Formats: sequence, structure tokens, C-alpha cells
Amino acid sequence: MEIAPATRMPSGWSRLRGAKVKRWIWAYFFISPWVLGFLIFTAYPMVFSAFLSFTTFDFLSAPEYVGTKQFNKMVNDELFWISLGNTAYYTFLSVPAQLVVALAMALALNQKLMGINIFRTMFYLPTVTPAVASVILFVYMYNPDYGVFNWLLGLVGAPKVSWLGDPNWSKPSLIIMSLWGVGGQMVIFLAGLQSVPVALQEAASIDGAGVLRRFWHVTVPMITPVIFFNLVLGIISSFQIFTAAYIATGGGPVNSTLFYVLWLYQHAFENFRMGYAATLGWVLLAIIMIFTGIQFYTGRRWVYYEGSIT
Amino acid sequence: MGLTTAAASESVSLTRKRTRGYYVREGVSQLLRYALLIVIGLVSSIPLVWMVSTSLKQKGREFMFPPEILPIPVIWRNYIDVWPESNIHIYALNSVMVTGLATIGTLLTASMVAFGFARMSFPGRGPLFAILLSTLMLPYIVTLVPTFILFRVLQWIDTPYPLIVPYWFGGGAFFVFLTRQFMMQLPTELDEAALADGASYWRIFWNIILPLSGPALATMAIFSIVSHWNDFLNPLIFLLTEKWRTLALHLRFFFFQEGFGGFPRWNYLMASSVVMLVPILILFFSAQKYFVRGIALTGLTGR
Repeated sequence: MEIAPATRMPSGWSRLRGAKVKRWIWAYFFISPWVLGFLIFTAYPMVFSAFLSFTTFDFLSAPEYVGTKQFNKMVNDELFWISLGNTAYYTFLSVPAQLVVALAMALALNQKLMGINIFRTMFYLPTVTPAVASVILFVYMYNPDYGVFNWLLGLVGAPKVSWLGDPNWSKPSLIIMSLWGVGGQMVIFLAGLQSVPVALQEAASIDGAGVLRRFWHVTVPMITPVIFFNLVLGIISSFQIFTAAYIATGGGPVNSTLFYVLWLYQHAFENFRMGYAATLGWVLLAIIMIFTGIQFYTGRRWVYYEGSIT
Repeated sequence: MGLTTAAASESVSLTRKRTRGYYVREGVSQLLRYALLIVIGLVSSIPLVWMVSTSLKQKGREFMFPPEILPIPVIWRNYIDVWPESNIHIYALNSVMVTGLATIGTLLTASMVAFGFARMSFPGRGPLFAILLSTLMLPYIVTLVPTFILFRVLQWIDTPYPLIVPYWFGGGAFFVFLTRQFMMQLPTELDEAALADGASYWRIFWNIILPLSGPALATMAIFSIVSHWNDFLNPLIFLLTEKWRTLALHLRFFFFQEGFGGFPRWNYLMASSVVMLVPILILFFSAQKYFVRGIALTGLTGR
């Protein structure tokens, strides 16, 4: 501590103040990596992207200002509506299905049984499998001629299905594929289930509530924050489905799996229409924000937070 | 407290209900519970067993219908034969390098940022943390187009930098949040005592808080390794030639080269997939408690 002679006896206040400023400087130092990263990799790209959406830009010449032309083009683009419809179809069917499956798996794991850890490991395995590998595996299993799925259908006497090759089945095929990777949501549900007080279950049990009633009237209300969390993040990530469709179908057959981000990718990185891609990106952000906002608004009615009085 | 009362009431109910019918009911219910667990376990793991089985099949046998569950004869050579044709070792080394460097950056910078948010107060902490959390919900694709342009200007396209450097800037909101939640649980007396002894904030971070944050760091390391090893979108966009290609990207090229129609060599494709999966499985089995405990411990339950 170097103290100048004139301030040899600093008042307590200024010494405290010096320590405070020093602490602030250190704090900003500690968070500086994120602040810089946010400015370079989030804030700048978003501002630049907003600028790009009013231009045409293909790397060959400088961005040219075109006003709202890109937006008008998008609204009149048949593929925009097709890809949006496909994405909505996928999201609104896959997310509820994922939540139900993940919750069922978590319920099965939330028991005091011998060897439960082995099952927990097995249930989580698909989630650590690389997406590329699991998609290729499912393409193999979906093969109409020699795939496992058609063999299973044959066992129960059902006719063969073309799966990824049939425009009516391609989206359901991808939804089934997504159900194989719900381990993350399952673990979050499991953590939520384990925080439900045993005493509450016991009390309901003594009052004569059966398993189903206990689940519906005790467990579900207590885990609504976890359901809400998985729902919000599930919808956000399903809106951005890309890898499965890119590898398994490439958007086909007849554009039935042309999802929004896949279509955006084709514009940006295959045709280098950066202005149009930036417009599409901002529109996607707006759509996701609207859906998230609606969920937070309606969530206040059904999400129960312990300790809050409603 | 909660546990002891629960145990007490359980023993009460046990003594009350110990009749023969009770044991039969318990036995049947146990059996049903295991049956349910086994069914879900099989559905979860059979595709992976199928992957391994196919990777060992003789040429042509992967097209048999009905499918053959076991590879007869077992062709171990598939794993050797697929090697020279695809240079897996180069792509594997690229994957190891990218994953390792990105993870080191994440561990160092995310824990620094988490320390700042968890253990220090400063003007603007609340709003800045709210911004950090909101980036969790930002669709990746919105920033991807301008980020691509930025890296192109920097002439970083087709180099590993875009896959590494961004993770040296806080490592992403998810990891900061996770580590902050953990660090907030540590007693503040630690910092106060160290400050009174004249330790600098860096020493408090490096010598006190970081060593105590082992579980959070382990969780972060594992999630980071898995996500970078498995990452497909970033290599797809930022790498053009073979030079820095990662395993995930290689697998996609191998698959496209084999084609959709006709007869792709599924045994080779599955062998490559297994090669990519094995390191992740080893990591998962050796550190699996962190996967589950880490999430539960850091309170990532929507609260």
C-alpha cells in the first residue's frame, strides 16, 4: 500500500472508496472476456446483420442499399411460407412429444431401485452421440428396403413405409428421430422431480390420493418451473432444426423437410445471398421472441414458483 | 430434517401394512418398474448396438432383409480397411486440437467471468447479467451470417481459428451461468478473510475459489468437450478444404460420397461413426456423475 505523505492519515471514507473503485476495476477485468466477446460476436453481428438486411451483398461487390426490397421479396417468396410451415409443424409436434417422453423417462428414473444408475446411463447415451453419427444411423434404419423400422412394422403386420422418402412421412420421421435425443431435458426433469418434497407426496398419500392423482395434483404443479424451462428452450431449439434435415433429406422430398434454418443456410452459404439471409435471420429472431414472450406471459398463470404468493 | 421425517413415516407405514398381500403387491410393482426401465433402456441403446453390429458386418450383409442382428462372420478388418481410404487419423487429430483448445479457453474465461458475476459487486452487474442470460435464447443463425463475413475479412475461413477463438471470450452464456450458480454457493467469508490478509482478487480467484469449484469445472469441461467434438454446423460453415476438417465434418462428406441411392457401404460408415463415438463414450462412462450431478447442483431447473 503506497500512501503519499500528505494522505498518511486518510479518512475511513476515502480509504473505503479507494478499495471500492479498486474492486470495481478488478470486477470489470474479470468479466472483460465476456464483455469483449459479446461486443465482437453478438452485438456487432446483430447490428451489422440489421444493416445487411437492407442491402444486397454477395462478396463480389460492396453492399448495395435496396431499402425494404429483401423483406418484400421474402413475403412473396413461396418457399418462405413453405419453410415456415414445415418448421412450425415440426416444432409444435416434436416439442410436446419430447417433453412427454423426457418426463416419462425421468419418472421411471426417479425411483429408489437397485442399479438405477445403470439405467440412467443407458437413457442418457443417445444424447452424447454425435448428431452426424445418429442421423446417418437413422437414415440406415429408415431405409425402405432393408431398414429396421420397416422390419418392425412387418412384425406387427403393417405395410412398409418410405419414411424419409415420403413427403407425408418425412417430418414425422425426423420427429421420431428427435425423441431419441431427449436426455438433456430428461436430466432437467429428474432434477426437478428430486426437489419435490417427499412430505407432500406422503401427505397426499395419507389423504387417500392414488398414484395418478398424486402425479397430477402434487408432482406436476411442483415441477411447472422445470416444464416451463424445457418448453421455452425446446421451442427455441426446435425452430432452429438444421443438422438432421441437412444430412438426412437435404430439404426433400418435394420441400417437405425444407426447414427455415436449412433454407437460410442455402441462401447464405451456398448462394451467398448475404442480404437476404440477414433479413431471414432477423425475421426468425422476431418470431422466436414473439413465441418466447407469449410463453412468459401465459406462463405466469400456470408456472408455480415456490415461495411466491399468487 | 426432511429425510429423517420421511424415513420415520415410511417405517410407520411399513409396520402398519406388513401383510402377505403387501409383499405380493410390492413384488409385482417392483417387477413392473424394472420392466419399464428395461424397455426404455433397450430403446435408448439398441440403435447404438445396431451401429456397432453393422460396423462389423461382411460386405453386402448390411442389406439383408430381415436384418441380421448379429454380424456373422465378424469382420474386424472393416475398421482397418476404412482407415486409409478416409484419413480418419488426420481428422481425429484436428478434432482433438479444436476440442482441446476451445475447452481450455472456455474453462479459463468462463470461470473468470463467473467469478466476477458471482463474487464481486460492481455498477451494472444486474443489467449485464440479464444481457448475458438473454443471449442464451438468441438464435445462433442470426449472428452467423455477419460472423462469417467478419472471419472472411480476417482471412480466417478455412482455418481452425473460428472454431477456437470465440470460446476464449467467456465460453458462452450457458457455462458462465452454470459456474456462477456454483460459485455463489461458496461462503463469502473465504473472500473476506483472504482480503483481510491482503490477497489480491486474482489470488482469491486462482488460489481459493477455482480450486473449490472442481465439480463445476469438471461439468463444464465435459459438456464443452462433447459439444465441440460433436459440433457439425461450425466446421461445415467455416472449413472449406480437407486440411482442417474435423471428424464430424468428415463423416458427413463420407456419407454424401457414398450417396443416398444405390448401396452405400454402411459397414464402413458405421465403423467411422463408432470411431467418432468411442472417445465420447469413454469420457461419459468415466465422468458420468458430473453430467447429472452438475446440472442438478448448479440449479439449472428454471428457477
